Amino acid sequence: MTEPLLNVQDLQVSFATEDGLVRAVDGVSFTLDRGEVVAIVGESGSGKSVTVMTLMGLTRSPNARFAGSARLHGGDLITASEEDLERVRGKEIAMIFQDPISSLSPVMRIGDQIAEQIRAHEKVSKAEALDRAAGLMERVGIPHARARLRAYPHEFSGGMRQRVMIAMALSLSPGVLIADEPTTALDVTVQAQILKEIGQLSSESDSGVIFVTHDLGVVADIADRVLVMYAGRLVEQGTVDEIFYDPQHPYTWGLMGSITRVDRDPPRRLPAIPGQPPSLLRVPDGCHFRPRCPHAFDRCREVPPLLSRIPESLDHLDRCWLDLADKRVMREIGGRFGLAEGDVIK
Amino acid sequence: MARFIVRRMASAILLLFAVSIVVFAIFEVIPSYNPARAIAGRNATATTVAEVSHKFGFDKPVYVQYANTMKLIFTGQVIDYNDNLNVDSQFAQRFPVTVSLVVPAALIWLAGAVVLGSISAVRVGGLADRGLMVAAILGVSIPVFLLAAVLLYLFAFKLPWFPNTGYVPLPDNPAQWAYHLFLPWISIAILSIGFYSRVLRSNLLDMVNEDFVRTARAKGLTRRQVFNRHVLRNSLMPIVTMFGLDFAVLLGGAALVTETVFNLPGIGQYEAQAIGNLDVPPILVGAMFTAFFVVLFSAISDIVYALLDPRVRLTA
Repeated sequence: MTEPLLNVQDLQVSFATEDGLVRAVDGVSFTLDRGEVVAIVGESGSGKSVTVMTLMGLTRSPNARFAGSARLHGGDLITASEEDLERVRGKEIAMIFQDPISSLSPVMRIGDQIAEQIRAHEKVSKAEALDRAAGLMERVGIPHARARLRAYPHEFSGGMRQRVMIAMALSLSPGVLIADEPTTALDVTVQAQILKEIGQLSSESDSGVIFVTHDLGVVADIADRVLVMYAGRLVEQGTVDEIFYDPQHPYTWGLMGSITRVDRDPPRRLPAIPGQPPSLLRVPDGCHFRPRCPHAFDRCREVPPLLSRIPESLDHLDRCWLDLADKRVMREIGGRFGLAEGDVIK
Repeated sequence: MARFIVRRMASAILLLFAVSIVVFAIFEVIPSYNPARAIAGRNATATTVAEVSHKFGFDKPVYVQYANTMKLIFTGQVIDYNDNLNVDSQFAQRFPVTVSLVVPAALIWLAGAVVLGSISAVRVGGLADRGLMVAAILGVSIPVFLLAAVLLYLFAFKLPWFPNTGYVPLPDNPAQWAYHLFLPWISIAILSIGFYSRVLRSNLLDMVNEDFVRTARAKGLTRRQVFNRHVLRNSLMPIVTMFGLDFAVLLGGAALVTETVFNLPGIGQYEAQAIGNLDVPPILVGAMFTAFFVVLFSAISDIVYALLDPRVRLTA
């Protein structure tokens, strides 16, 4: 098997705070190949943003602690020097952020900001960089690109700004593109266009995409594989079909159960997973989801390892002690997947 | 743009008018104010004083006095009561001295504030940062008369490194000009460096957490590039506004203590003397002079701000 483009092994990220050590990412492992789209799903605080920002080296600070590795082109991103990271950022691995309104410098022209990234990595003249910037803007669907080079960010709408971010990120055809909830701040119609742009451009440059989102609809639309994160841990991992048609972890059932279905009558109340995610300062022993899981039993006080428990799908991994046969029964609520209404165990 | 300029000019005229009325009114209320007596001299008789009073028009109603004085000012004929000198020409003569004092000092403090504020922000929490912030507070807190006097004492008297007061015009001898002005420049700069570097440091620290700085880092720019092109540029704008005002009042003579201590024949020294003697014409002219610069420089700093920040539009 060929070496994957990005290989993350047992990544751990903690922050030392006044109140104690916050374990934001607790042992996440996954790989990414060129041309594939991996979605990371989870609620706010699950560690998905910290994971991807750590890949870019953006979480480094005096109180951050790292363990594990993230190998890209043979080098480890976690232990790389700041100079090495600066060479790699924007060129081999690029990122699109959540809020396009504030993600561009308000005092620099759009063309200059795109050109800046190109010139940071390649020896080209300003004129040539601006030329390429105009071309990139056209590719992402910004009309009158050449004239708009001289525009400032506040003269663009949110959707346009996000397109500029996409153009910038893909300007040097990076191997890995990370998109951290790029459509959360945009309205739904624009979201569809942006997703299309990301899909098109990344396949043109044959980039691997890590797409962080909490929107399962988006996942179903674009992902090849899915990572489900909860309270800093990876709780389930598989292809998009495996996750949607054969979910193995109770948290995933809860996620599936909370989606409204177009082919059914709307429920009187949207099912929600009872309880709250745990504080990362005082995580529960064993399985992090145990306090909210109606199916928890005594074994759950032991941390379930991330394993494949299905002989036919060795790449479908999950962290749950339940028996495969039991799972397939427990997860059916009213003809669809869901989490049973049960007592929330403290 | 034309509308902006016209509006500013109109407000300048109104402001000068208002300032002059306030100054005039203040002197109407001061009980010990008796200009006729001051002009006539200490030993003048009552009749002499009355004659002087009539000659200068001090017996006329206030608004007539005001109108007359204003007319004299704008025709360049107003005389001060103490030395009988033409106020307008005094201002014209003394202005270059004040400019020589204020402009280089301002450049020193701006450059210094940018350097110190940047160092503090980049090494926040470290020894350099804490040291600089303490020095900045000291700089802001020390009264200028104390600072100027101490500098003069230490570096011109105790250690004869610098001349003991006085002014040499620039065209005469540039080296001596700078030599004489060095300690005064430091006096003014130390006060403002402290304040400006703290403000810049605070802005820089806020900027570092902005999303677009994160984007700049994600693009692969070096830390220096991120700092210069994104963090610093966005942090300088409030400094521009502050500077406009500070510079304007200094040009109008606010450095009067420094000028007095170092015996520099500038506008500030003249105004200080006039205030001490309750000599209305120079004070009036000084107040309007300062008001004029305030309006001018606030307009200039608004224009510069609009140039730096494309989101700002000058007209509504």
